[in-house]
Amino acid sequence: MREPNGTPRIGVYVCHCGTNIASTVDVAAVRDAAESLPGVVLSRDYKYMCSDPGQELIKHDIAEFGLERVVVASCSPCLHEETFRGAVGEGGINPYFFQMVNIREHDSWVHRDIAAATAKANDLIRAAVRRVRFHEPLEPRRVPIDPRVMVVGGGIAGIHAALTLANAGKQVYLVEREPSIGGHMAMFDKTFPTLDCAACILTPKMTQVRAHPNIQIMTMSEVEEVSGFVGDYRVRVKHHPRFVIEDACVGCLECIDACVFRNGKTPDEFNLGLSKRKPIYIPFPQAVPQVVVIDPEACIEFRAGCRKKTCVEVCAERNAIDFQQEVTYDEVTVGAIILATGFQAFEASRLPQYGYGRLDAVYTALEVERLVNASGPTEGSIVLRDGSTPTSIGIIHCIGSRDKNTNEYCSRVCCMYSLKLAHLLKEKTDAEIYEFYIDMRTPGKGFEEFYNRVEEEGVHFIRGKVADVYPEAGNTGRVVLQAEDTLAGMVRKIPVDMVVLATGLEPQPDAEDVRRTFNITCGSGGFFTERHPKLAPVSTFTDGVFLAGACQGPKDIPDTVAQAGAAAAEALALIDAGHIELEPNTAFVVEERCSGCRTCVGMCPFSAISIVDGKAVINEVLCKGCGTCVAACPSGAIRQNLFEDEEIFEEILGVLTHV
Amino acid sequence: MSDTDTTETAAAFEPTIVAFFCNWCTYLAADLAGTSRMKYAPNARIIRVMCSGRVDPQFVFDAFAKGADGVLIGGCHPGDCHYQEGNTKALRRFTLLRRMLTDLGVEEERIRLEWISAAEADRLRDVMNEMADQIRALGPFRLPDGAVAPAAPRREEVPA
Ligand SMILES: Cc1cc2nc3c(=O)[nH]c(=O)nc-3n(C[C@H](O)[C@H](O)[C@H](O)COP(=O)(O)OP(=O)(O)OC[C@H]3O[C@@H](n4cnc5c(N)ncnc54)[C@H](O)[C@@H]3O)c2cc1C
Ligand code: FES
Repeated sequence: MREPNGTPRIGVYVCHCGTNIASTVDVAAVRDAAESLPGVVLSRDYKYMCSDPGQELIKHDIAEFGLERVVVASCSPCLHEETFRGAVGEGGINPYFFQMVNIREHDSWVHRDIAAATAKANDLIRAAVRRVRFHEPLEPRRVPIDPRVMVVGGGIAGIHAALTLANAGKQVYLVEREPSIGGHMAMFDKTFPTLDCAACILTPKMTQVRAHPNIQIMTMSEVEEVSGFVGDYRVRVKHHPRFVIEDACVGCLECIDACVFRNGKTPDEFNLGLSKRKPIYIPFPQAVPQVVVIDPEACIEFRAGCRKKTCVEVCAERNAIDFQQEVTYDEVTVGAIILATGFQAFEASRLPQYGYGRLDAVYTALEVERLVNASGPTEGSIVLRDGSTPTSIGIIHCIGSRDKNTNEYCSRVCCMYSLKLAHLLKEKTDAEIYEFYIDMRTPGKGFEEFYNRVEEEGVHFIRGKVADVYPEAGNTGRVVLQAEDTLAGMVRKIPVDMVVLATGLEPQPDAEDVRRTFNITCGSGGFFTERHPKLAPVSTFTDGVFLAGACQGPKDIPDTVAQAGAAAAEALALIDAGHIELEPNTAFVVEERCSGCRTCVGMCPFSAISIVDGKAVINEVLCKGCGTCVAACPSGAIRQNLFEDEEIFEEILGVLTHV
Repeated sequence: MSDTDTTETAAAFEPTIVAFFCNWCTYLAADLAGTSRMKYAPNARIIRVMCSGRVDPQFVFDAFAKGADGVLIGGCHPGDCHYQEGNTKALRRFTLLRRMLTDLGVEEERIRLEWISAAEADRLRDVMNEMADQIRALGPFRLPDGAVAPAAPRREEVPA
C-alpha cells in the first residue's frame, strides 16, 4: 500500500450551517475531536462555511498556517464541493487537496439524538482526515462540446426552447411523437388569465419553428436510445411512417376530400373522439408541418387493398403518398438535451362515481376545451352529445388531484382553467354555472382578479367535494350533483345538463421509459426530478440533460415558457463554453503490476480498455470514471483518481476507529 | 421497525454499519432523506463511490476486519446505472461474496446490497432502520469459531 504523501498539514472546518447542523451536532466537541487527529494542525468551527468570510477563512489559513490539505464538514458535496475546491485553489494549493464531509443531509437533518449525531460526525471527519492525506494533485478534464441540441417534445415548452436556441444560432433537432407539434396548448381556445386566443399566440411560434433554418423538426418520432455523455450524446431516433412524403406534400388537403370514405369513421384524436376523421387527415388546421398523415389501421389500402387509390390520383404529379414507407432510424450527435415531454390528463373513468364514460352529460375539461374552440368538433358551439344546449352546468374541481387515492399533489392549473371554462361556457350559453371546489387556488399574476371577474359574471361557487353524480329521476337526461356544501353546512343536490370534470395533470404514460432512456430520475409523483428544487430547477442529475415544462411537474403556460427559456439558457451556457470540465476521476493502469489478464477489458461498458503489448491501457477520453475495472483487477494494477483504494481503505478505517 | 433514532443506553449494543453508496442514486437518496427531514437510525457511516461497481470485495472484508458489524452497498436499480452496467457487476460480485461470508458462518443480514434510486428516500430510511434493528438483534460481529483470522484475502482470492 502506498504511504501518504509525507505528513501533510491538515485544516478541518466544521460548519454550523446556522442552526441546521449546530442544533443536532455538538460542533465545538467535533472541532476539538478533530484537532487531536494525526496531521491536523488547525480545527475551526464557523457559522456558515460557504459564505464569503467562511471561504476567506480557508484561504487565509492556507497562507498563514501553511495548510496542505483541507477538510470541510458541512452539507452535501453535491451542493458545495465546487465552492470549497474553488476556495482551496484560490488559497494557493491544488483544489483536489480537499475532502468534504456531509454532516447535514446525512447527519444533523436525519437524527434527533445529539450524542449519536455528534459521534457520527466525528467518525466521518476522521475518515476524511485519514483519506485526504493520500490525495494527489489533479486537473479537471476538459472535453469539447458538440454545439447541437436536441429538444424532445414539441409542446409550448419544446417550441419555446427550440426557438430560443435556434435564434442564438444553435442547430436544434425537435423530436415530437405526434404528427404535429403544438402539444396541449394547441387544443385550447383561450388561455387564462388574459383570455388570449391560444392559436393566435401559438400558431406564429409554430410557424417560426417550421421556417427556422436552424431547426429540424422530426414528427412521429421518438428517441429510442441515448449513449455517450454530456457534450457528446449519440441519440438514435425512430421515425414512424406517415405514409406521406413530408417534402412532397404541399398541404393542399385535396386528398382528404378525394378519399373513398365519404365521412370520417375513426375517432379524431385531437378532438378526443368528439368527432370523426378519415383515414387520411391533418390533425388540426394549424398543424406544423402542414402535411397529411395516413392511419394504416383505418385506410383500406392497408387492409384489403384499395382499387381506386383516389388520394394518389388527386395528388398526381406531387406524388406525396407512399404506402410503402417503413420505420426508419436516424443517429444524431448533440451536446445537450432538453426534455419537454409534458403531461397527460388524469383518466376520468378511474373515478367511477363521477360517471365519466357512463353518463353522456359528463365531459372532461380537455373535451370542453375542444367544444368551446372555434375550430373544434362543433365549431365552438356548446352542443351536448344528445344534441341539446345546456342551461345548467356543474364544474367539479380536483378530479384526480389532492387525494391520497389518486394523486396527492395539487395540479396547479385546474382552478384557473375551471374559471376560464366557466367564463367561456357562460359567454356561449348563458347557462347557470356551479363550480364545486375544495379550495380556490389562484396564486398568480392577474389570477385572483380573474376569479373575481368570473364571480361577478354570476357563476355560483360551492365549497365542497362532489360525492356522487347520478341520473335525475324521470329520464330527463340531466344528472344530479350531490355534494356537501362545507360553507353552508348542508348537503346540496343540484341537477345540471352538463358536468365538466377538472381532471388533474399526470406524468406521461411512458415517463418511466423516457426517464430510463435519458438516465434521469422521477419523483414520487412520477414527474422528472430537477437537480435541486430551488437552485437548479431545470437541470437533472445527468449533466447536459435539462427539463422544461409540465414533464417536471404541473404548471401553466407562463411558468412553462419561463422554464423553457431557462433550460435553453442553461444549454447555451454549457455549449458556448466550448468545452466542459469533468471530474478527473478516471482510472489508469500501473503498468508494472498489470499481468495482462484482460479481466478489466470485459468490465468496461465504454470499451475504454484495450490490451497493448500484453498490458492494459485505458483511454482517458472514453473512461467515465465508474471504477468498476478498479474493483475487478485481480492484481490491483488499476487505480482511480479521487477514489484510490488507499483512500477508501482509510475511510473505512476512519469511520471504524471510534474514540 | 423504528422510525426514530435509537437512544444509546450504557449497556445497549449499537452496531456500526459501513455503507458504500453510489454517487448517482443511493447517496442522493440519503441527501433527499436529509432535505425531507426524515429520521432514521444513526448507525451507518456512508462512504461515497462513483458507482456500486467500484465496491471492491476487499472493502467489505476490510470493513468487517476493522470492526464493522454490517456492510450495506447501495446502487442504482437494474438498468439505471449511470455507467450502464456497473451495478450488474456489483450484483455478480456481491452474490459470490455473500456466499463466501455465509459459508464462513457470517449471518447474511450483516451484508446487504440494495437498489435505491435518488427519489427513494423513504426506502433508504426503511433499509437503514431495518438493518440497524436486525444487526442489533444479532449482536456484535464476531468471526465464527474456527474461521480463519479476518485478514483481508489476497486479491486473487476475491471474486472479480
Ligand atoms: C384542460 C386544461 C386547460 C388548460 N388551460 C390553460 C390555460 O388556459 N392557461 C395556461 O397557462 N395553462 C393551461 N393549461 C396548462 C397547459 O396545458 C400546460 O402548461 C402546457 O401545456 C405545458 O406545456 P408542455 O409543452 O410542457 O407540455 P404538453 O403541452 O403536454 O406538450 C408535450 C409535447 O411533448 C410530446 N411528447 C410527449 N412525450 C414524448 C416523447 N416521448 N417523445 C416525443 N414527444 C413527446 C407530446 O406529444 C406533446 O406534443 C391547461 C391544462 C389543461 C389540462
Ligand atoms: S452508477 Fe449507481 S450503481 Fe452504477
